[in-house]
Amino acid sequence: MTRFLKLLIRNRLAALGGAVILAVVVLALITPLLPLQAPNVTNTADRFIRPFSPGHLLGTDHLGRDLLSRLLWGTRLSLAVGASAAVIAAVIGAAVGIVAGYFGGRIDNVIMRLVDMLMAFPYILLALAIVAALGPGLMNALIAVAAVNVPFFARNIRGITVGIAGREFVDAARLAGMGHGRIILFEILPNVVPVIVIAMSTTIGWMILETAGLSFLGLGSQPPQADLGSMLGEARAALIAAPHTSVVPGAMILAIVMGINLLGDGVRDALDPRLRSGALTRPMPATSVRRETVPAPQGGGVLQLADLETRFEIGPRIYRAVNKVSLEVAPGECLGIIGESGSGKSVTALSIMGLVASPPGVITGGAAYYRGDDLIGAPYRRLRSLRGDRIAYIFQDPQATLHPLYRVGDQLAEAIRVHHSISRAEAEDRAIDLLTAVRIPNAESRARAYPHELSGGMRQRVGIAMAMANDPDIIIADEPTTALDVTVQAQILSLLDDLRRERGLAIIFITHDFGVVAQLCDRVAVMYAGRIVEEGPTGTVLDAPAHPYTRRLIACVPELGQGRRRLEAIPGLPPAVDRLPAGCAFAPRCDKARDACTAGDIALERAGARAVRCLFPEETLT
Amino acid sequence: MGGYILKRLISAVPVLLGITVIVFAIMALIPGDPATAILGSYATPENVAKLNRDLGLDQPAVTRYFIWLGNMLQGDFGRSFALNRPVLDEVVERFNATLILAGTAFVLCSLLGILAGVVSAARQYGWADKAITFAVLLGISIPSFFLGMMMILIFAVNLRWLPVSGMYAIYGGGDFPDLLRHLTMPALALAVVATGVIARLSRSAMLEVLRQDFIRTARAKGVPERRVIWGHALRAAMVSIIPVLGIQAGFVLSGAVYIEIVFQWPGVGRMLVDAILKRDILLVQGGVVFVAACYVMFNIVVDVAQSLLDPRIKT
Amino acid sequence: MTLALRLDNLSKTFTVGKPLFGKPKALVRAVRPMDLEVQTGETLGIVGESGCGKSTLARMLVGLIPPSTGSIEIDGAALDNADPAVFGRRIQYVFQDPISSLNPRKTIRQIIEVPLKRLHGMDRAARAARISEIFAAVNLREEFLDRYPHEFSGGQAQRIGIARALAANASILILDEPVSALDVSVQAQVLNLLADLKAEFGLTYLFITHDLAVVEAVSDRIAVLYFGTLVELGRAERIFNAPKHPYTRLLAGSAPVVGRPLTAPEGRETELPDPLNPPPGCAFAARCSRATDLCRTQEPRLTRQGEDQFAACHHPLEP
Repeated sequence: MTRFLKLLIRNRLAALGGAVILAVVVLALITPLLPLQAPNVTNTADRFIRPFSPGHLLGTDHLGRDLLSRLLWGTRLSLAVGASAAVIAAVIGAAVGIVAGYFGGRIDNVIMRLVDMLMAFPYILLALAIVAALGPGLMNALIAVAAVNVPFFARNIRGITVGIAGREFVDAARLAGMGHGRIILFEILPNVVPVIVIAMSTTIGWMILETAGLSFLGLGSQPPQADLGSMLGEARAALIAAPHTSVVPGAMILAIVMGINLLGDGVRDALDPRLRSGALTRPMPATSVRRETVPAPQGGGVLQLADLETRFEIGPRIYRAVNKVSLEVAPGECLGIIGESGSGKSVTALSIMGLVASPPGVITGGAAYYRGDDLIGAPYRRLRSLRGDRIAYIFQDPQATLHPLYRVGDQLAEAIRVHHSISRAEAEDRAIDLLTAVRIPNAESRARAYPHELSGGMRQRVGIAMAMANDPDIIIADEPTTALDVTVQAQILSLLDDLRRERGLAIIFITHDFGVVAQLCDRVAVMYAGRIVEEGPTGTVLDAPAHPYTRRLIACVPELGQGRRRLEAIPGLPPAVDRLPAGCAFAPRCDKARDACTAGDIALERAGARAVRCLFPEETLT
Repeated sequence: MGGYILKRLISAVPVLLGITVIVFAIMALIPGDPATAILGSYATPENVAKLNRDLGLDQPAVTRYFIWLGNMLQGDFGRSFALNRPVLDEVVERFNATLILAGTAFVLCSLLGILAGVVSAARQYGWADKAITFAVLLGISIPSFFLGMMMILIFAVNLRWLPVSGMYAIYGGGDFPDLLRHLTMPALALAVVATGVIARLSRSAMLEVLRQDFIRTARAKGVPERRVIWGHALRAAMVSIIPVLGIQAGFVLSGAVYIEIVFQWPGVGRMLVDAILKRDILLVQGGVVFVAACYVMFNIVVDVAQSLLDPRIKT
Repeated sequence: MTLALRLDNLSKTFTVGKPLFGKPKALVRAVRPMDLEVQTGETLGIVGESGCGKSTLARMLVGLIPPSTGSIEIDGAALDNADPAVFGRRIQYVFQDPISSLNPRKTIRQIIEVPLKRLHGMDRAARAARISEIFAAVNLREEFLDRYPHEFSGGQAQRIGIARALAANASILILDEPVSALDVSVQAQVLNLLADLKAEFGLTYLFITHDLAVVEAVSDRIAVLYFGTLVELGRAERIFNAPKHPYTRLLAGSAPVVGRPLTAPEGRETELPDPLNPPPGCAFAARCSRATDLCRTQEPRLTRQGEDQFAACHHPLEP
């Protein structure tokens, strides 16, 4: 709660809105105590007195009534009516929505059809019909405004509830013996309340506008009693002769509603966890780069990373996702990067072409040389012309990585046409060739399919075809088979292997699976907490791992054919990369660790084809 | 596609029936006796009874509903006693005027709103984003009737650029440029709120979409940024923008009631408010049912547009 | 050995596109009629690819969805009402996604207390004592009790999920992909913990996973599911070395193994059958090199193959 308030106040606009609302509410509360003139006493001799006249700070209206007094009493009324309407609509709507969303099935169906029917009216028609039936009056206007807003709340809350009711903790609660009533009250409601609060805070301003509108039409508060809407309505006749009688209540409505909207946005931002972590920022076309020195290229390879450093800067925290990573890959070679989640393997891959989401990602050091040209910090145009043309990516989840609204053939054709000026028909033919090349049966008809019409394996073949579209030099595959079933994975891996042998591709293959690395990759680099801890030819690394982490990671993965056994677990957890210990990041979990391991930076020692970052390696490299 | 449209049309039938039931039920709540309301409190009991019989008000509610529904299906919405002409004639004539006003405002707010939202998202936290966000906030906070009054004061009274009110000039008007001059202010005033709502939603829909993996894919294959934003991202964002356009159409139609009053526009909203104040029940009933039915049809068009855009919706 | 769990003709058919009234558009047979027995103290592994019905089966076993046909017997007593609370005292569930299975707005203590309160009606003191006992068993510090789920890593959250299942004091645990969401180094910790708990409390496990190596490492017997059907059942140490069903062989051959060259075990590019339009006969026939006309017309039944292996195949593989 205190954190919520802090967040709210940190947002300057929300604080401003809050201050306005607070002032208005306080004024409305103490109105009866203020030395104001009676709001409804008419004095036609003093009609239309201008503002700032003695005795009438804001002037008088067409009946000579003091505007300041009427304004404050009217504000009091408008606030009360708007807020009550919002609370009534929210409570009823939320109750209906939760019941419909939680129980689902026929109950949901019937309720939602009723809601749809109410939403089939432009809202004012329903409000007008209700007021027509009940007769004009402020109470009836309140009922009408609340009633027409119930369906909006119900639908909104139902959507949220359906999502929550499908979560596993609700199943867990049922298994723990909770009944429907308790689950709704203690499991669902606490998760829905923030949404209700957000919905209320963003609609309460709207409700005040709506009740004011009905009063403006003469259907709400009846003379002589005034709310802000009816004050405007009465002033309209004298708009030209005495504009101040309109401006005063109008400006007040504007101030109140704007204050509420500012505050409501602040509340929403503070309650929405995605915004809190800064996730709802759009990634820029290329990752930002902020580096001081540029390391020179060393060695060869078609692609070479030198001391690459990528960070995520979220608020005051700095996550060092990639920490001085150097790698190279030769034409026709497959390099595996293996590590657990958070080890920085995917971020390394995405940094190469500036695809790390930025903000919050920043490349803070190092270089990536493609045929001698540094890609980090290259102008966007250069980067774009290489992306997908010379260096292509295959991503993990083919469901999410293909555009859901374009046909797969068009997506393939686009990949070609953004780099080569060929006709649409040619590009389409080429797309079908590509689909055939990745062994999709009936390529011609599949080219016209949308991604959701294909199975996971077929979608990933499309992903591979897209990467192959311009015959690139390098393909970077980021866990391309993790989301797939094992039999489909085998098909995809053998396809990739064939393609690279046929076309002399260099592949950087990111995975967490030793089996996959062993079968596909020539060389492997093992990453832990943002750094490479070991590197070498796949066979030797797997047979005789030099780093204790590599050895123990291999040991704790069960392998098919070894039968039932107790696994050799690694105790503890990988470190958070915003609080890295000095020295070796694995030392706290390592049984060979000594004081020297945590004393200072440990270099990656190279010997021949292998390299290890350890003071006390398992194997002496030769 | 034809099958989908047919399916949507058929599914609209129960909604339309539901609308008539709801309207009828609300009107049945009216306390007192409509005949007394029509004839005034000095009417003789015989006359009241006769009028009740003529109006069919001595029948049970269910019978009255079906008589009313049956008549409406034959195009007979009854007679307005205050105007002494058939309800349907009056409603259709007035609805034409509303359609011109609300239709213009709807096109304006859809185009401006989406444009502002996309620009705002593409330049997140830039000056354009900040300016648009502020303008949008102002737009959704100002009561449209107050905005209309201020516009009259500034552009019609002080600057004398545009006419104060009405749809056509009383003398020598009636042509298209005259309509346009009269339409400008009310259409703008009406569009402002909906533009704000649509711009806000488009911005957040775009920000949501721009974080998706398929945008990264588009960038990874080298699609130029302009095309990423206006092609890949906007197309995906439209899936969540289009339903809101449907809802906003209802809000524009609703807002038209205020604007028609402020600008003396001879539309259906002003007619309804007058009818309520005069307790001209048949005119209210007929007007509400007619406009709601048109809105239902409009929403079918929105759904069809949505299904054309999104192949995942089963047609 | 006594029988902990017996499934008799258990099946689940889902309806698709059911309107408010009238007949549904299609039926999906997520789990086809299945007979299965689990001995007390046994770990039965259930393995299959996505869409094979393994999660539906698991959710049926704990009463989260009612079966379409058949019955579930626990310790010799039939459970035929679909009240999760009745199931909850005898059989519990550990979920795949450890974070999603904990209510983000409740403290760990509140979460663990629910089964103690609702299923066993314990008073405050008894609950506190039992919670410390369970927390000691799953190697969690008691200071965690007053924190919220988002403060925990996946491995810790999964321990909490296991603690909640233990709190119900059920003798049978359904483990639905309990380590799939975890990193490999943490995965081993949780698997070892599960083995320890089983020995300590004499539990019976149904271990559901798609990972062949994991299931082989933890199970006594393994059941292989394909397209809602139990296609093979046998001892863990034999089933992947000497499969009888061609699908089991395909699975075993597809798993990436260090030291085995990369080959596509299937020559053709094949896909799962369409659940809305299932083929007659054996569902695997279209992918099977041994398929004959018999396979395409008649559904094979689960039959004994050798000593203690069962396969549903017209043409089982020879050893």
